[in-house]
Amino acid sequence: MSVAAEPVAVAHASALPPRSWRLPIILAVLAVVTFVVFGLFGTDEEVRFAWSRAADAVSLDPSPASPRVIGLIFGALALLASGFALWSAWNRRKVGVWVMLIVGIAFLVSLVAWVGAGGSVPVVFLLTGAIGLSTAIVFGALAGVIGERAGIVNIAIEGQLLGGAFTSAIVASTTGSYILALLAAMVTGALISMVLAVFSIRYLVDQVIVGVVLIGLVTAITNFFYSAALAPNSGALNNPGTLDRIRIPLLADIPVLGPVLFDQRLTTYLMFVLVPLTWFVLFKTKWGLRVRALGEHPLAADTVGIKVNRWRFWAVTIAGLVAGLGGASLTIGSVGAFVREMSAGQGFIALAAVILGRWNPFYAALAALLFGFASNFRIWAGQAGSALPPDLIAMTPYVVTILAVALVAGRVVGPKAAGKPYLKE
Amino acid sequence: MTTTVPETSPAPDRPGWREVLHDIAAGSAIRTVLAVVLSLAIASVFIVFTNEGVQSTLGYFFSRPGDFFQAAGSALGDAYAALFRGAIYNTRADSFASGIKPLTESLRFAGPLIAAGLGIALTFRSGLFNIGGQGQLLMGAIWSAWAAFQLHLPYGIHLIVAMIFGFVGAGLWAGIAGFLKAKTGAHEVIVTIMLNYIAVSLATYLMRTPVLHDMDSGSNPTTRPPDPTAVFPRLLGDGYELRWSFVLCVIAVGVFWWLMERSPLGFRLRMVGLNPDAARAAGVNVSRMTIVAMVLSGLFVGLAGINQSLGRDGNFAPQIDAGIGFDAITVALLGGSRALGVLFAGLLFGALKAAGPTMQLADVPPEILGVIQGLIVLFIAAPPLVRAIFRFLPTPREVTVVGTGRKPALEQKGGE
Amino acid sequence: MKLELRGITKRFGSLVANDGIDLVVEPGQIHALLGENGAGKSTLMNVLFGLYQPDAGEILLDDAPRHFTGPGQAMSAGIGMVHQHFMLIPVFTVAENVMLGHEPSKAGVIDLGEARRRVREISDRFGFDLDPDALVEDLPVGVQQRVEIVKALSREAQVLVLDEPTAVLTPQETDELMSTMRALADAGTSIVFITHKLREVKAVADTITVIRLGKVVGQALPTASTDELASLMVGRDVELTVAKNPPKLGEEAFVVEGLTLFGPGGTRLLDDVSFSIREGEVLAIAGVQGNGQTELTEAIVGLREHALGSVRLYGRELIDASVRDVLGSGVGFVPEDRKVDGLVAEFSVAENLMLDRSDTRPFAKGGVIDLAHRDRFADDAIAEFDIRTPGRTTLVGRLSGGNQQKVVLARELGRELKLLVASQPTRGVDVGSIEFIHERIVEVRDSGVPVLVVSTELDEVIALADRIAVMYRGAIIDIVPADTPREQLGRLMAGVH
Repeated sequence: MSVAAEPVAVAHASALPPRSWRLPIILAVLAVVTFVVFGLFGTDEEVRFAWSRAADAVSLDPSPASPRVIGLIFGALALLASGFALWSAWNRRKVGVWVMLIVGIAFLVSLVAWVGAGGSVPVVFLLTGAIGLSTAIVFGALAGVIGERAGIVNIAIEGQLLGGAFTSAIVASTTGSYILALLAAMVTGALISMVLAVFSIRYLVDQVIVGVVLIGLVTAITNFFYSAALAPNSGALNNPGTLDRIRIPLLADIPVLGPVLFDQRLTTYLMFVLVPLTWFVLFKTKWGLRVRALGEHPLAADTVGIKVNRWRFWAVTIAGLVAGLGGASLTIGSVGAFVREMSAGQGFIALAAVILGRWNPFYAALAALLFGFASNFRIWAGQAGSALPPDLIAMTPYVVTILAVALVAGRVVGPKAAGKPYLKE
Repeated sequence: MTTTVPETSPAPDRPGWREVLHDIAAGSAIRTVLAVVLSLAIASVFIVFTNEGVQSTLGYFFSRPGDFFQAAGSALGDAYAALFRGAIYNTRADSFASGIKPLTESLRFAGPLIAAGLGIALTFRSGLFNIGGQGQLLMGAIWSAWAAFQLHLPYGIHLIVAMIFGFVGAGLWAGIAGFLKAKTGAHEVIVTIMLNYIAVSLATYLMRTPVLHDMDSGSNPTTRPPDPTAVFPRLLGDGYELRWSFVLCVIAVGVFWWLMERSPLGFRLRMVGLNPDAARAAGVNVSRMTIVAMVLSGLFVGLAGINQSLGRDGNFAPQIDAGIGFDAITVALLGGSRALGVLFAGLLFGALKAAGPTMQLADVPPEILGVIQGLIVLFIAAPPLVRAIFRFLPTPREVTVVGTGRKPALEQKGGE
Repeated sequence: MKLELRGITKRFGSLVANDGIDLVVEPGQIHALLGENGAGKSTLMNVLFGLYQPDAGEILLDDAPRHFTGPGQAMSAGIGMVHQHFMLIPVFTVAENVMLGHEPSKAGVIDLGEARRRVREISDRFGFDLDPDALVEDLPVGVQQRVEIVKALSREAQVLVLDEPTAVLTPQETDELMSTMRALADAGTSIVFITHKLREVKAVADTITVIRLGKVVGQALPTASTDELASLMVGRDVELTVAKNPPKLGEEAFVVEGLTLFGPGGTRLLDDVSFSIREGEVLAIAGVQGNGQTELTEAIVGLREHALGSVRLYGRELIDASVRDVLGSGVGFVPEDRKVDGLVAEFSVAENLMLDRSDTRPFAKGGVIDLAHRDRFADDAIAEFDIRTPGRTTLVGRLSGGNQQKVVLARELGRELKLLVASQPTRGVDVGSIEFIHERIVEVRDSGVPVLVVSTELDEVIALADRIAVMYRGAIIDIVPADTPREQLGRLMAGVH
């Protein structure tokens, strides 16, 4: 007896699987741009990296550097990394996440140095700003991850951010309690989730449709009350102020990292905690195991006695609590007042972050941070006297989102059952 | 289990009017009416509790509840009277000619809603979501506006050329999302939304440059007014704002019907929307259909944009979209993504939009109309919910078909 | 544990799937539930497992009546089920799949060590050799089935239901499964073995219940003859062969050479497949499900991109052609899963009959669909193919499986063919329609068209084929004459020469 498949396979080993070149090529293009544009054709005008702010306890001297040298060094690094990616692709191996990180960071550092040429780069401002502008997106992305892992695509995150922002502003203004305001925002997010869940689970309405309708409804309701109540009495109803910054002793004095990570508002700390917590619950606990089963194969979950629709309902509701927090971070965590339609597409950017982050809380938070950085970069680049008109710079985060989704989206596979209602009989 | 018994229930001989009649009998028309009633009821609560007169009575509600109900009644009465006066007939006008003007205004507002609603409906039927009406409309508006004042052509030709520009602009803009979806798998919901924001930025930028802006007229972003040769003539004479562009929107309803129900292209679009796998196996190029559907959708939305830019004598700002791009989604859903449904839904929402200014005069923030609109669609989307509230409605035979003309994609049930 | 079902009735709309079914399974017994596709076996077991609620009747365990509103209750009562379509989550590990729903945990945190230990303990007991940390999607189907069995046993199942467990197995794996079943029964587990394969029933069952059209039609012992069991199952003497003349072979019309296809991650879905079919010949592809048959037909029709090699029809190269061009060059395609690839359930019969020709003559003239022609064509097809439908405007989703398949066949045979590719042409189709469809396929062959049939049912392969090609792991392992003994075909299907 002989097994036939083996000799057949050996005899015609010439035909090999196709190589996937897309990602390595994207990385290579980025690396070449870094090396050539910021390096070879870069500017020699000195740039100073300011590591600390005037008020910081430990003050570091700014480091002067030549943008061209930075471009050359980081460009070379990026070229090496992308060369490795090309080599991996040639050998039909997967390109690791760390390769993308190296190329991405090299590109960003060189870009920042290039833009900041002839002036200084406020590193702390760039990083804190990025975190500040990405907070709501991170919360939204976490909510998206939880929902989609459980099989419910939550387009309404945009509405949950807006609703959370709205109620937290009102509650903080009227009660003066930020804790109540945070709770109110969470409840708002959860209520919107419940409507989404009831319509998609019970009435089998397409999840994207309910999501979009809910966004429209939340927008209309907040706009209505803004005109009817908030605008005429902004002092009493829309004057919440912001959460205090909480300095963590000692840690906050670490140069660069201290002010970025340990001198933040409560909402930011909650974000720092929720990212690993969400990951832990999803991947290390029995609840997480069940939730992930719902998104992959709900019938299999049903056959082992997990009540699919009940679990989905509560998973999305909990996700709503998280998204609501994101809304609070927009008002009492940042601006200090509610503004019409202030979520400005961040809920959708969060959805993009979910996809880029491959439905993993850590990667999704990283992707959200990238969008936050893009937003903050546009602010700084505007101040640094960029030649581009502000109207065009305003597009940056949206263009980045489209590029990111278009370059990465088709490659990744999400939970299989996400978006499909589960119906017995 | 596989069914082995042939279906014996009689089917209608022809789809079309009989099906429509059946739908009415099965309660879908009644349901729509009830959804509207329910939404108005909820909106009434909003109106009552934000009304200042009512709020002042709340302070002594328990001592004199009558005052509250009186105030609430008058607040609602004022609001709905304003709605009627703003949308249908102005009872305070001194002549029929000026009294009927609100109705023509409703039609004027309905035009772009119908056109854009058709565009969104087309993507729903093709299995896509086009949330980018705002961006496409804006592109249609600024491209046609550019042609309307940068080119100088004779009457008739100028209008047609400007329209073609608008169609091209909107179609291309929608095509970007279709192209990305087809070639990279990027989800069209995210892409179209992002393109909305980009379109606003781009339009604002161009409205500050000589491309669209008259640099002598201040720094606010606006276009230059169109040449009179490129403006739609008024339909009912100078007393009314309603223009011939409305007729085009109504014609678009017929075009949409023919395209989706009678043309081979519409047949393939519907096939892709209902079962892309079967479409692929039947030789349909699904990626190409994705692009085609988005571009066609953009053309209909573009008509709405043209309506906005060439249906006026003056210039306009980046806010020209006026929420139409988003409202079009609700119009398509309420209309069940069918030609006639979209027509009626567009007329209804057009009337609500037209009533905005009079509502504002009656001290009701016009944003309430958005709330009503959202609620209607939410209730329409879930017939069982409306039935649970109004028990007497008959039970339909089919699982919910949400306004998109498609069935929900159910998780596969095992065991055959 | 003793299981008893009394008068179980389950209706879906007008269809009675189970009609007063009685069944008694004694402890330690292997009880075969025999019936053809669509007889109501799976429905019955889904009722037992709490997935469906019966309209009448009751379930008794050790003589005590029980009522299950969900699988969770059925499981805690001691019923385990290995579903026909595995209830495994592909991206989870073996341990995660086994523990799902009853996870060993402390304060909610999963105790992975304990979970692994459980898997090893049960798998060692039956010599399964399972790696608890392997991802299920990386395992061969035979091993996945063992995961399912371990999953049921880890919940201390005393009644184990196996729903068509051999459909995806090679004959060797089937033998191994049967010895596992015997070992389980000897250890006191009651086993319900659902199948439509007579040979397996005779090999392993202690007692047999036959159901047909939702009713119990008889009891039998494994000593009963195959013919007896077969006629009980289908209700009349079955004709396993199709009457057909010797082939009138013409020129070598369809040639496949070195067809190779890679899946994501570089797995070989098709491995250097070569064969040819002459005019007037049926080449049938035999093989256990999942050995590349689906990919083969899809690659031929153009549904798979990046296929390597050559596919020629009358000398014309089709390897990189689009589906539209392939169909246009005269290829008729009956896809494996009609509900997914063959039909649009929400379209009418008439619309489904013009699915692939909606924009060409004679269905479309001058860019407009010719409704009159569409309706005429539909009426003709309904008459000619005996499609049982209230009318041409009935939605196809409302027809029975057999009639749906006739719609697909009527469409594909409704134009001039140069090649017919029929994949699983009678899956989920009632006996009457099977005969009809087989006759039609033979007619096509007799008209001088080359025919490629793919089937996982060996009976069907033998009935239709002029030559048989056996596929194993994406490769054609051998091409043999139609009169090759079953045993030899079985060995080939297991990859053994």
